[in-house]
Amino acid sequence: MATVIFSSELQRLTGEEHASVIATNYRDLVAELLIRYEKLTEDEILTMAVAIDGEIIHDPLLETVSPNSEVHFLFRISGG
Amino acid sequence: MSEAREYKYIGQRTVRPDGFDKVTGRAAFGADLSLPGMIWGKILRSPYAHASIKSIDTSKAEAHPDVMAVVTYQDYPAVSSGGFEPGDGPTDLRDLARNVLADDKALYHGHAILAIAARTEAAAEKALSLVDIDYEVLKPVMDVADAMQPDSAVLHADLFTKGLAEQPENPSNIATRMELKKGDIEAGFAAAEVVVERDFYTPTVHQGYIEPHATTVRYDDDGQSMVWCSTQGHFDVRASTAKLLSMDLGKLKVIASEIGGGFGGKTTVYLEPVALMLSKKSGRPVKMTMTRDEVFRASGPGSATRSTVKIGAKKDGTITAMQAKLCYEAGAFKGSPMGPGCMTVFTPYDVENIYIEGYDVVVNKPKVAAYRAPGAPQAEFAAEMVINELADELNIDPIELRLQNAAKEGTQTVYGPKLKAVGLVECLEAAKNSPHYKQALPKNQGRGLAAGFWFNIGGQSSVVINMNPDGTGTIVEGNPDIGGSRASMQLMAAEELGIDVSKLNPIVADTEHVPYSATTGGSRTTFATGMAVIEAARDVVQQMKERAASVWNVTTEQVDWADGVAINMTSDDRLTAAEICRGAERTGGQISGRGNINARGAGPSFAVHLCDVEVDKETGKVDVVRYTAIQDAGKAIHPSYVEGQYQGGAAQGIGWALNEEYIYNEDGVMENAGFLDYRIPLASDLPMIDTIIVEVPNAFHPFGVRGVGETGIVPPLAAVATAISDSIGVRMTHLPCSPPRVLKAIQDAS
Repeated sequence: MATVIFSSELQRLTGEEHASVIATNYRDLVAELLIRYEKLTEDEILTMAVAIDGEIIHDPLLETVSPNSEVHFLFRISGG
Repeated sequence: MSEAREYKYIGQRTVRPDGFDKVTGRAAFGADLSLPGMIWGKILRSPYAHASIKSIDTSKAEAHPDVMAVVTYQDYPAVSSGGFEPGDGPTDLRDLARNVLADDKALYHGHAILAIAARTEAAAEKALSLVDIDYEVLKPVMDVADAMQPDSAVLHADLFTKGLAEQPENPSNIATRMELKKGDIEAGFAAAEVVVERDFYTPTVHQGYIEPHATTVRYDDDGQSMVWCSTQGHFDVRASTAKLLSMDLGKLKVIASEIGGGFGGKTTVYLEPVALMLSKKSGRPVKMTMTRDEVFRASGPGSATRSTVKIGAKKDGTITAMQAKLCYEAGAFKGSPMGPGCMTVFTPYDVENIYIEGYDVVVNKPKVAAYRAPGAPQAEFAAEMVINELADELNIDPIELRLQNAAKEGTQTVYGPKLKAVGLVECLEAAKNSPHYKQALPKNQGRGLAAGFWFNIGGQSSVVINMNPDGTGTIVEGNPDIGGSRASMQLMAAEELGIDVSKLNPIVADTEHVPYSATTGGSRTTFATGMAVIEAARDVVQQMKERAASVWNVTTEQVDWADGVAINMTSDDRLTAAEICRGAERTGGQISGRGNINARGAGPSFAVHLCDVEVDKETGKVDVVRYTAIQDAGKAIHPSYVEGQYQGGAAQGIGWALNEEYIYNEDGVMENAGFLDYRIPLASDLPMIDTIIVEVPNAFHPFGVRGVGETGIVPPLAAVATAISDSIGVRMTHLPCSPPRVLKAIQDAS
C-alpha cells in the first residue's frame, strides 16, 4: 500500500498524519482519499501539486503509484 | 536518466544567436512596434493610497476632439472571484481585473483608475486632466505589522483569513495563515544548549528591469486581434487578456517582443487588457507604455517582510530545532510568495524538529509580483543570519556548521518529499576550498557567507524543429528568451541531432505558431523547454532514420544515427542530414519534429555565496570588495550564461541588501520612484563576481540540467549583511544596510 503523508495543513482536514492507500495511480489515490476523509474536498486536493517518490508533479492525473510509494501533497510552486 | 558522458556541443561557450541584434539596436522591444492608424493610451492613476471612488465624470475628457476612447472597470464583462492560473501562480480573476483597473476602491497610490486613448500622447495626457473623480480618502495601511493588528483599517470587506482552525467572523487583512511542521519543536528546543532568536525586516523592492512595460495592440471584431508586448509569458498574457475581455483564445494572437529584463515582474498583465479594450472601443490600434515612475508605483514589486527566526543547537553544532514566523506583504490583493517562503526557509538543513508559520497580508501597496525565487530571499535571509550568529556563539566555522547539518539526498523536507541527489555539500566544500575563503581577511574588512535553496520547476513546454531542404533547421519555441536560453536550446538540439550549432536557428514564436508554453520563470526554461527540444530532436532523428531506411530498403532498426549521419548497419552506407533533407520530397515530404511536454522532475538547486565588504565607519557606506557565487547547475549547458545567471542573481541580491527599498511617506506615497533615488547597483559599484559551477546531475533530465536562474539571488542578502555585521561588530537585522542605517548601527553601538 502507498503511504500518503499529510502536511500539517491537510492534517486539519484528515485528522491523521498519514494514511495507507491501495491505488495504482494518482487519480485512484485521490478518489480513495476523498471517500475516506469527509472534510477533504476535491477543490482542496486538486489545486495542490503532488510528490510521488520525491518527484514533484504539478498537474497529475494518471501517474503511477506503487505499493511502496511515498506520496506528499504540497502547494504549487511557481517562480520568477 | 542522466549519467556522466562526454558531450560534443553541450558545455561550449557559443555566441548567442540574438546577440548581434541586441548590441546593434536592431532587436525590437516592447515599445518598438508602431502600426498604421495607431493612437496612444494613457492611464489615470490614483493620487491616494487608499480611497473609495464615489464617482467618475469623464464627460469633459470625452468631449476633447482628439480623444477616441475612454475605458473604466465597468467596460469589462463582469468577473467573479475564482482561481485562475495564467502565469506566475494561482490568481483570483476578480483581483486581477481590479488591479488592471480599480472598481470602487483605489488600493494604492498609482492604482490605475481609467484609461484614455487619443490621437497623440500629449492629447491623451491632457484628457486625463479633464476627468473628475470624487474620492473618499481612507487611512492607508502601509506595513505588514500594522495590517495584522485587530484594529487595523481593512482593505477588503470580503477578505476572511484562510487557514485558521475556526472560520473567522470578521474580515481581515490577513488573507492566509499557513503552518508547516516536522518533529517536536518543543522537544527540539529543550534539547538545545544554545538558542539564537532574532527579528528581521526586508523592504518592498523592485525587480529593476530596465525596459518598462509596453504594448501595442489591435482589436479586430471579425477576425484575429493582436497584442505585441514585453513579457515573460505571452501565452499567459493571452489567457489573462482573453479572460478579462471574454474572448476565445483562438481570436487573440500575442507576440512576445524582445525583453529588456523581467525577473518575475513580467509574468502578469497591466497594460494589455486596457490597451485592447481601448482599441475595441476606438476601432484603432493602440500603443501604451509605462514611464519609469509608473513602473515603480504600479507594477508588482517584491514583498516586504517581517520575520522572527529561532534556532537551537547543541554545543557540538548539531541543530536540534528551527522555528520561524514569516509575515509577507501581498500588496493590495492577496497572493504574496509566503508559501514558497515557508517551504524554503530551512530547506538547506537536515533537522528533526521544525515549525514554521506564515502569513499573507494585504497592505496599500501595489500587488506584489514574482521576483526571482519569490519569497525565498526574504525567508532565507532571516534563517541564514541566525545560522551565522549561531556559528559565532558556538565558535564553529560557518561552513563547518552548515556541513554538519546540511540537507542531502534523503533529507526529509518540511514541505513534503525527501530530497533526491542535491549539491549543497558540494557547494559548501567548493566554498571551503575556494581561493576566496582561503584568503585571509584584511583587518578593516568583514566577511559573510550564506547558503540558499530554490525548488526550480518544470511545466508545459512546446517545441517544433523544422528541417530545411539543405539540412539546416529552425527550432521554434514558445518561451521568451530572458537569459540566453536560445543559445541553450541550440546546444541541446545540436547535441541530439549531431548537427552543428551554426546550422540551427532558434526562434521564439507567437501564440499561433507553437503550442502552449508556460511562462519563462521558475528557472524552468533550460530544464523544461530543453526537454521539449530534446524530444523534438529525437523525433527528427527517428524520421531521418526512417527516410534513410526507405532509401536503402532496410528496416529502421538497421539504421544508426551518429554525428548527424545515418549509417546503414548492413552495408556501412551513409547519408548526411543534409542529404536526407534534400531528398525528403521523394521519401514522404519535409521533416519536422515536435516535443510537447509537461516536464516533471525539476532538480532543486543550492548555492553558497561568500562576500567581503569594507565599511566606511564615518559615513556607513559599504563597498563589496570581493564576492564569490557557488551554485549547483546539475549540468551547465552554456557555462557563460550559467555564470551570468549567478552573477546577475548576486548583483540583484547585493542591491537588495545594501540600498534598495520603496520609501513611502505617511500618506502612502512612494517618494523614490526613479533610479536616481531607488538605487540599484551599477557596474562600478561591484567587484567582478567570481563564480564556481558545481555539477551534481539532476537524474530526471537527459543531460542532468537543474534550473539556475533564481537560486543565486537567495544567499546575497545574508552574505552581505553578515559581512557588514562582521565589519562593524553589530548584527544587521533590517534591510537595506544603507549608509544611514549602518551609520546609526555604528553610532548606537558606540
